[in-house]
Amino acid sequence: MTFINYASREINCKIVYYGPGLCGKTTNLQYIYDTTAPTAKGKLISLATETDRTLFFDFMPLELGTVRGFKTRFHLYTVPGQVFYDASRKLILKGVDGVVFVADSQDERMDANIESLYNLEENLQANGYDLSKIPYVLQLNKRDLPNVIPAEEMVSELRRKDEPVHEAIASKGNGVFDTLKSVAKQVLTELRKS
Amino acid sequence: MTDTPIIMHEQQFQQLKLILGKLRLESFSRVVFLVDKNGQQIATHGDVGDLDTTSLASLAAGNVAATGGMARLIGEKEFPTLSHEGERESIHICIIGRVLLVVVFDERSSLGLIKLRVKQASRDLSALFEELERLSSERRDREEALFAEITDDDIDSLFN
Repeated sequence: MTFINYASREINCKIVYYGPGLCGKTTNLQYIYDTTAPTAKGKLISLATETDRTLFFDFMPLELGTVRGFKTRFHLYTVPGQVFYDASRKLILKGVDGVVFVADSQDERMDANIESLYNLEENLQANGYDLSKIPYVLQLNKRDLPNVIPAEEMVSELRRKDEPVHEAIASKGNGVFDTLKSVAKQVLTELRKS
Repeated sequence: MTDTPIIMHEQQFQQLKLILGKLRLESFSRVVFLVDKNGQQIATHGDVGDLDTTSLASLAAGNVAATGGMARLIGEKEFPTLSHEGERESIHICIIGRVLLVVVFDERSSLGLIKLRVKQASRDLSALFEELERLSSERRDREEALFAEITDDDIDSLFN
């Protein structure tokens, strides 16, 4: 849910990175955090377990610049990917403006991708959203690993509408900003249309 | 159902700051801020210093969302107030419709006083947000025109 403040001339939007456990959602945020100028970002908050698995969410605010005199701030969140944290995932989707689905390209994780994508659709519905109508991007992550499924095959299995698809190696930063730009653009375009 | 955007205007923003300022003064708290339930910070008043209010807003919303989830599991609608007491600093959170009133205080105040003053401020804030909702729907058409003027170039320029 976009928050528009005419007094301070700010637009605030919420973007959620979704996907199965260990697909690289936090790695996406970490790369954005590490490579963004300090003036454009806030702290990266990670609510993680002792073994660095996301327990509740990661969060970082990012300021992209000014549009028509309004500062645009994106609040980036990840969800915990592990199956049993479903209640938390549902909560984090509340008020979302755009979603990035991070798919793990490894052959053995394809079932987990499909399950997580179904889970995303269900949890969006539970919050009153429809995946086919909200700003949405599909990222195929871990393209550098040896046992990856061809991108076309993943797209035919995971693409839900005409959403942009980005191949990525989040640990090296490849495709990370392309994905973010893609979803941020859709969110702003939606604001224009709304 | 999804919520409609919160649209804040100068006049209401100033009223909001007055309410928060009064609350802060009367409750002897360190800082008072208002956050929407999705973690967006709406307004702050008080001795912010180096406090990371953006992160605090997001975590307060996460906290309320998590305890709200627990409430529903035991058959409650929500827990309308949450308090966390530390050795020196404490936090009191109160749910007011779609927003959260967060008060940070220390030994100069007490939880009892904070709860009393928050209750009074909640009434003013509820009234203000009702007015805001009404005005938002009245003004929506006019303001949407402003965003309709955003061009692809405007959006592209953000990423250059």
